[in-house]
Amino acid sequence: MHALYDLAVGPLAWLAFAVFILGSIYRLMSMRALALKKDAAFVAYISWPHAIRSLLHWVTPFGALGWRENPGVTIVTFLFHICLFVAPLFLMGHIVLFDTFHGWSWPALPDGVADTLSIVVVAACAYFLWRRLSVPEVRFVTRSHDWLVLALVGATFLTGVLAYHRIGDNLFMTTLHVLCGEAMLVAIPFTRLSHMLFGFFSRGYIASEFGSVRFAKDW
Amino acid sequence: MKTIADRLIEDEGLRRGVGRLTPEKIQKVFKELVAGECGARMKTYMETCVRCGMCAKACHYYMSHKDPSYTPVAKVSQTMWRLFDADGKVDPEVIYQCAQVAYTECNLCRRCIHYCPLGIDTGYIISVVRRLCHKLGVTPQYIQDTAHSHSATMNQMWVKDDEWPDTLQWQEEESREEFPGLRIPLDVEGADFMYSVIAPEPKFRTQLIYQAAAIFHAAGVSWTMPSTPGWDNSNMAMFSGDSEIMARVERAHYETAQRLRVKRIVMGECGHAFRAVYDVANRWLGWKYHPVPVVHSVEFFWELIQQGRIKLTHKYADPVTIHDPCNIIRGRGLMDKLREVVHFLCENVVEMSPNREHNYCCCAGGGVINCGPPFKNVRIVGNSIKAEQLKATGVHTLVAPCHNCHGGLEDIISKFGLNMHTKFLGDLIYELMEKPE
Repeated sequence: MHALYDLAVGPLAWLAFAVFILGSIYRLMSMRALALKKDAAFVAYISWPHAIRSLLHWVTPFGALGWRENPGVTIVTFLFHICLFVAPLFLMGHIVLFDTFHGWSWPALPDGVADTLSIVVVAACAYFLWRRLSVPEVRFVTRSHDWLVLALVGATFLTGVLAYHRIGDNLFMTTLHVLCGEAMLVAIPFTRLSHMLFGFFSRGYIASEFGSVRFAKDW
Repeated sequence: MKTIADRLIEDEGLRRGVGRLTPEKIQKVFKELVAGECGARMKTYMETCVRCGMCAKACHYYMSHKDPSYTPVAKVSQTMWRLFDADGKVDPEVIYQCAQVAYTECNLCRRCIHYCPLGIDTGYIISVVRRLCHKLGVTPQYIQDTAHSHSATMNQMWVKDDEWPDTLQWQEEESREEFPGLRIPLDVEGADFMYSVIAPEPKFRTQLIYQAAAIFHAAGVSWTMPSTPGWDNSNMAMFSGDSEIMARVERAHYETAQRLRVKRIVMGECGHAFRAVYDVANRWLGWKYHPVPVVHSVEFFWELIQQGRIKLTHKYADPVTIHDPCNIIRGRGLMDKLREVVHFLCENVVEMSPNREHNYCCCAGGGVINCGPPFKNVRIVGNSIKAEQLKATGVHTLVAPCHNCHGGLEDIISKFGLNMHTKFLGDLIYELMEKPE
């Protein structure tokens, strides 16, 4: 198990970050090339001021009609995404790893806070799971791919929380946590999770059409 | 859960179309379409939709039926996802279902863009499904007939070349009793604007041409109408998926205006026609914007009022409410000008809610009403949410500056017994304005 842990935090971590970063760059660049080649009659209308104005509304809770009409989803979605980024980036345990291997260090959140944020992510995943199972309009469009990405994120944070609270065999749980996290990173450029890469551009594009051609708001 | 397969409606055009198909043929056309006409937009939309279901409440069909198979994402799920999952190799019956969803259960109103955090343009995806169905020859019979008419006559209603100037001269003659000096000026080169209408106006709503002529006469503006094909600004080929015919129709329209060397085109009170001329066909023809400036009636009336060219004898006394047509509100941002015009004309305006960019569609636009009688009841029942919205205003007069909206709204008013009547801005202006001797 020690050997697996060493593999996970060593070579596999390198691999996961490499696939995540290079894969993301590749996906963004190839999508850009495709847009310029095939969607020129639409790329022509991109207007950054309109895109930014719209994005500011969409990154504000209840700042758009869709958010206002779905208050439960809105609250959970914002909490989920904020905690999803803040908890792992400012967790002492993660910073220590980077410090040990690369000598990189940055301020950490108090452990209790990071723990709470991680539990929020797990709870949000449970909420999304419940929606997929019991809200008819969500269940109608749910496919195996959606379960997979939800499981990847949920398992990563759940194992992280369990490891922190020393529930179960700690080395096993920590190793599992690292492996799940790496799988999630690798999945980002190549699954539905790629909305992290493309979402701002797809919103920005339609905002440009609405703002500069149709003179109407899109939020 | 129910799906489109549980509510199929027999349509001669769709049935005969799928009868000619095989899975191999469908796959070949699908792959050509994806490789030839789809790019980063489709790829991104197909890949990033997280299936959160937030768009459900955007759609009047879902809000009316509360059936999960009517949400925007469910429509994509039952059409484009299915096609991509099978790499286009699907049974012809699937194409029948795709066509019914795409042509008759989505008005391309784009309200769902206000609901999707990722900005996925469901209207675009559904348009591509229609494009595929068109290429496969699977189109509802009634809308295909209008596309044939566009192709053969360059207008939507089989109006013959001689019937058109005849109709205009007939209206001119009719109006001379009321306005002795009125002309409907044909082919006047260098006029300030060319007035274009949709073919249903000469076909069965000639009083709208009469009213427009009366308003222009009273306002003392320099205008003309073409006597040749190119006068019709409607475009059902845009909605049937026939981009080639769509482009021919718009090219004729722009070139007619250019031949007459007018400063701009003023379009009658129609929404889909405005979408075609203002936002869609120009791109297909390679113009970033339009070769001739294009103005919708709402904006033109607003200008006339600003310039003091329209004077009223009195204001409309009964309370009115305003319907915001998607194609000129979400499509052109005319909500403020529309309100200023209505407030100028009417004493008492009661807003419906939600309104402006967030307004519910009439459920007739996007070519849906043009799919004809087989699908009529579905679109009327599919808009009970609009009926509730109208009823809540408590007024009896509904202003809607769009032909398709009139059709759809009149249908739900009648079905749900709303005791309302619809009016164009032109109806109100003609009724209320000071008429020259």
